[in-house]
Amino acid sequence: MATLKELSKVEERFVGGHRLCAGCGHGITVRMILNAAEGSNVVVGCATGCLEVASTIYPYTAWKCSFIHNAFENAGATISGVEAAYKALKKKGKVNGDFKFIAFGGDGGTYDIGLQSLSGAMERGHNIVYVCLDNEAYMNTGIQRSSATPTGADTTTSPAGKVIPGKQQPRKDLTAIMAAHNIPYVAQTAINNWQDVHKKAKKALEVEGPAFINVLSPCPRGWRYNTPDIVEITKLAVETRFWPLFEVENGKWKLNYKPKKYVPIEEFLKPQGRFRHLFKPGNEHLIKAIQEEVDSRWLALLERCGETPELPPR
Amino acid sequence: MKTKVALTGNEAVAQAMKQINPDVVAAYPITPQTEIVQIFSSFVANGEVDTEFVAVESEHSAMSAAIGAAAGGARAMTATSSQGLALMFEVVYIAASLRLPIVFPVVNRALSGPINIHCDHSDAMGLRDSGVIQLFSENAQEAYDNMIQAVRIAEHPDVRLPVMVNMDGFITSHAMDVLEVIDDETVKNFVGTYVPEDYLLDAQNPISMGNFDMYDFYFEHKRQQVEAMKAAKEVIKEVGKEFAKISGREYGLIESYKLDDADVALVVLNSAAGTAKGVADELRAKGIKAGVLKPRVYRPFPQEEIREALKGVKAVAVLDRAETFSTCGGPMFADIRNTLYDLKNDIKVVNYIYGLGGRDLRLEHVQQVFEDLENIRKTGRVDETVKYLGLRE
Repeated sequence: MATLKELSKVEERFVGGHRLCAGCGHGITVRMILNAAEGSNVVVGCATGCLEVASTIYPYTAWKCSFIHNAFENAGATISGVEAAYKALKKKGKVNGDFKFIAFGGDGGTYDIGLQSLSGAMERGHNIVYVCLDNEAYMNTGIQRSSATPTGADTTTSPAGKVIPGKQQPRKDLTAIMAAHNIPYVAQTAINNWQDVHKKAKKALEVEGPAFINVLSPCPRGWRYNTPDIVEITKLAVETRFWPLFEVENGKWKLNYKPKKYVPIEEFLKPQGRFRHLFKPGNEHLIKAIQEEVDSRWLALLERCGETPELPPR
Repeated sequence: MKTKVALTGNEAVAQAMKQINPDVVAAYPITPQTEIVQIFSSFVANGEVDTEFVAVESEHSAMSAAIGAAAGGARAMTATSSQGLALMFEVVYIAASLRLPIVFPVVNRALSGPINIHCDHSDAMGLRDSGVIQLFSENAQEAYDNMIQAVRIAEHPDVRLPVMVNMDGFITSHAMDVLEVIDDETVKNFVGTYVPEDYLLDAQNPISMGNFDMYDFYFEHKRQQVEAMKAAKEVIKEVGKEFAKISGREYGLIESYKLDDADVALVVLNSAAGTAKGVADELRAKGIKAGVLKPRVYRPFPQEEIREALKGVKAVAVLDRAETFSTCGGPMFADIRNTLYDLKNDIKVVNYIYGLGGRDLRLEHVQQVFEDLENIRKTGRVDETVKYLGLRE
């Protein structure tokens, strides 16, 4: 495992000049993932979304590696086409050097509109890595709910109103859906833990066949937390067990981080404007329900990972 | 070397694809195109082509993967029909705007709803303004010939655009026809090797494609696509002439059939042109000066050639195998009337919608159209501009 100092010397392929918001998780994640591909040529595929609009405003580009954006829902199919071209041209001696193929999509482009394209690409076994930059809503279009949006969140299409207090449905477990594809490598990670992200990106890039990484990538605009606190907020997501770090390697589930203490979900919800309404008097039951959802998901995960399914004492 | 063979349209197209031997084919089954991907898959399975076949989960992904492959620097193809093309709609525009020379046969089938599997041209017409070149084929021979020429047209440095090769569902795709196929080596030499200009897999020169393009550049990029379409007209003619050298069959933008001295003429795409030519011959024997114009290329639209071909005609009927629901006639009718407007010589132009959902176009229907045109020519009067053929009203 490289040290942070060593990693800081790797030549960046996603460089300054992009117009992502200050404190956006996407730029951090993309740099971490590309860092792990050191030594190989890379083609990046990208779904329509914040990352694409902020990094490729014609005639500029923030990408030093090859990059293709096609449409919103087809990053999986597009990168699989590039990979097929690589296989065909490599056989004919028409490509110099080795290439890695990485697709980036937001949660809208991955959990929702691009799910079919992603599923197809994974099932076909292309040698690609798909990275979901999960910021839990359609942020590029102005914070609309997606199937990745957590229960209770206030978004512009699941507003916290007088009758309905934010999003009513639990979020989709995309990482598990990807694991159900029986591909060589699936992982869930978060940017507060650079070692975890780096290790998982390395593994994903090294396996023969498709890999999927789901990265929690906070959005200060959509989540409404204090912008400099991005790492802190991500850490709280992990410590409250809201966003567990785990991997599924050749079908084997493994928990990568087990929080020592029981940190209640309030700690994660409270600093975020999207959950503010939950803290109004009379809404205690809503937070309780969210806690129950988090707990039951955590216990199910422990079981899948072969760990004893029990919560630490509160 | 040329060989006479009996093949269906689908088999002929698959044969052309085998001889072109593309780097990547990404495709999905749909009636009546399915046979093309089936046959091509067997070529892949038997090692008869070097192609990476990507069996995608939808037509949207078929074109998306073809875009990725072509952007990667590969010669890429797909194939589809009807709903499949409709599902591709979004990405066909993107393929054109990225200037990717993807060749794709479209076996024309009616669009839902109601669901129907038989021929009409509503699928192709839905994408007439997408920026792809559209070639139409009267029979299996033309479908085969168009496929081979399409590669050269698409990849020409002045063009670099996708080419859609159309043929009629079932009528052409499933009917056994006698055609001449060219030997593999000659086709291989004719299509040549694809040399991409800028591509993703060029390790020394990384590139960003599909960038976010705002009001400061988008318009210019669209204008460049128009220039490529204009250039395509010349390229299509050049390639057609070159193709004649290996096949003995020359292709231009349109086919004029007995139009030189014609009084009345039909304009019609694809297989119905054969029916129309047969009827024109019969009428000629009876002293009626009938002719037929068959656009081989629908996009770019061969306006000058059509104007030149029809300038001496008194009455023209445009046969459309698609509706626009504008209540003013079919899509090709609008194009042809527009084309003839500048002649200012009082050519009467009428429209017939025919064959939707696979309804047969019978000889008597075409005879009726010519009869109507003769009446219009004699009286100078048009009672109804848009009519329907073979329809129960």
